[in-house]
Amino acid sequence: MRALFLREIRLAGRIGGGALTGLLFFLAVITLVPFAVGPDLKLLARIGPAMLWTGALLSTLLGLDRLFQGEREDGSLDLLLLGEYPVALLVFVKALAHWVATGLPLVLATPVFGLMMNMEPAAIGAVMATLLVGTPAITFIGAMGAAVTVTLARGGLLIAILILPLVIPVLVFGVSAAYGAVEDPAPFWPPFMFLCAITLFFSVLGPLAAGFMLRHAAD
Amino acid sequence: MKLVVENLGVERGERRIIEGLAFEVSSGEALVITGPNGSGKSTMLKALAGYLRPSAGTITLLGGNGEKSVPEQCHYLAHSNALKLQLSVRENLEFWQHYLGMGEPVEAALEAVGLPGIGDIPAGYLSAGQKRRVAIARLIAAFRPVWLVDEPTAALDASSECRFAAIVERHLSNGGIVLAATHQPLGLEAARVLEMRALTAGLIK
Amino acid sequence: MSETAIRPASLWDFANPTRFLAIAGPLIPILGAITAALFAAGLWMSFNAPEDYQQGHTVLIMFIHVPAAWLAMFCYSVMAVSAIGSLVWRHPLADVSIRAALPIGAAFTLLALVTGSLWGKPMWGPWWVWDARLTSVLVLFIVYLGLMALIRAIEDPVIAARSLAIVTLVGSINIPIIKFSVDWWNTLHQPASVSRFERPAMDAAFLYPLLVMALAYTLLFLTLHLMNMRNEIYRRRIRTLRMQAARQAEGA
Repeated sequence: MRALFLREIRLAGRIGGGALTGLLFFLAVITLVPFAVGPDLKLLARIGPAMLWTGALLSTLLGLDRLFQGEREDGSLDLLLLGEYPVALLVFVKALAHWVATGLPLVLATPVFGLMMNMEPAAIGAVMATLLVGTPAITFIGAMGAAVTVTLARGGLLIAILILPLVIPVLVFGVSAAYGAVEDPAPFWPPFMFLCAITLFFSVLGPLAAGFMLRHAAD
Repeated sequence: MKLVVENLGVERGERRIIEGLAFEVSSGEALVITGPNGSGKSTMLKALAGYLRPSAGTITLLGGNGEKSVPEQCHYLAHSNALKLQLSVRENLEFWQHYLGMGEPVEAALEAVGLPGIGDIPAGYLSAGQKRRVAIARLIAAFRPVWLVDEPTAALDASSECRFAAIVERHLSNGGIVLAATHQPLGLEAARVLEMRALTAGLIK
Repeated sequence: MSETAIRPASLWDFANPTRFLAIAGPLIPILGAITAALFAAGLWMSFNAPEDYQQGHTVLIMFIHVPAAWLAMFCYSVMAVSAIGSLVWRHPLADVSIRAALPIGAAFTLLALVTGSLWGKPMWGPWWVWDARLTSVLVLFIVYLGLMALIRAIEDPVIAARSLAIVTLVGSINIPIIKFSVDWWNTLHQPASVSRFERPAMDAAFLYPLLVMALAYTLLFLTLHLMNMRNEIYRRRIRTLRMQAARQAEGA
């Protein structure tokens, strides 16, 4: 399994497209915001956490079709299924590697985008923390969407549509916690704990569902 | 070790592709599967590899590792080569060695297919025939006792076919089992032949 | 396939599509008639219900909106149970059931959304508010639409059926979480606002028409579901026949 993880990371690095494209998309969304609402810095700071979360969520969702597409196209998926490991574990490792390659860069880029939105350091820190916990949840449950659409050539948008309702809680609690860290009456820890719980839950549910789908979807 | 298939039935969609299939293959034996298109050769190999769930019958590997399922003791080589083009040949093969089980060293495997010293080249630079041969090399580099191969030498020339036959003979003499679906003669000595025929009335309600 | 012993009737008796068609054939018109009767009764009772002091006659929309929302959820539950039947027990009609229920559920959800929007318009003004209940129904609608897009996209019927079952099941597991998060979100942003969808005090005058309408809706769903299952079985048969014709034309 370690070999699989390392291979995934290495592949992501070599291709380069996956990780960078997601980051660029995030940048594009953030750049669009002032064009849409005007460059009023106070307004941008107020909606900053929400827009950062939206951008990161969309970027993660739209990058999910890379999870299994390549493996299926070149036949690697068939061989991976012959391994002695449970399929759910295989999906977990792939999803984790995918997150490290595409989700983690989003988290690390948050300070830059936060400054572009004129956010306070505390707000930026809160958004980083919630994204760090929340984006894996999106990737894990998104693995199910990726597995279900693995036979399709252009599954990207369909995955986003299918997974969107499921990640609404992630968005709600993530943004709520981010705002809670900077606004006084609003709580931080309850939504943050919910977010952590959802991530743990999805890290099990997603691979299980995806594994089941992959196991029986060979044609 | 013996691969035993009894009364196998496989459906795809609502069509029955295979019905009542039964055979045995023992260690050191090869089974060549022939038949017209649509007779279910690929379907049978897929069912053995665990990709399709049989609707009837059993597949057992007697004398194998009792704790592993049948697919976990199989190699599978079909139309795709499962090569990552961005990784070098060596990186490709070494990954599968770690994932599927260690076999011969990468260099020995590459020599056996007639591609010595190609290990450090990214797989994307190889020709189609060379990629196919690297896929065959994987059979040697990562060890699994049962080989399920579907048209292994389809795009290869005669010398590669001879090499493949030699590789298969070597695997068999080590106690392995080989099932090969093919249209072309593989040049294997004393291989039994299983001829499949298409089902004409294979519809289910 | 040689069990001839007598055993109590079980769900597996309906596993045979032909037998299902034989049962559904006569059953559907009967259900349809009962549905029509219930709707007539329900609508009559609704129009004769007293005016609500707060909302006036617009409360009548409640008798259409609330059962529609209930049915939207009920339909998804039927799909979820069918999904379990498909994945765990491999019941042959389970896949047919999910596919058949899907557009019906989407239609009920759309009805709930539209009537929900219309309900408050005369009194409060905006065509749409993001309150917890309407938003939850909207999310359910997106779930339905996503599933419909999914089965349209996948060609292989076996894979499509399995995908549908898994996504439905995972969705149903998540519905409590989604509902909870929408409620959380709502209380966060709209503390202590009176929901304009407050139902009037549930005295008998309102309760009975509501229940009758709910029953009418449920029977409507059952009728449509059986009809659609029948259509789906026919559709599959056509597909099989065409495939057979294609193979025979090839001269295999």
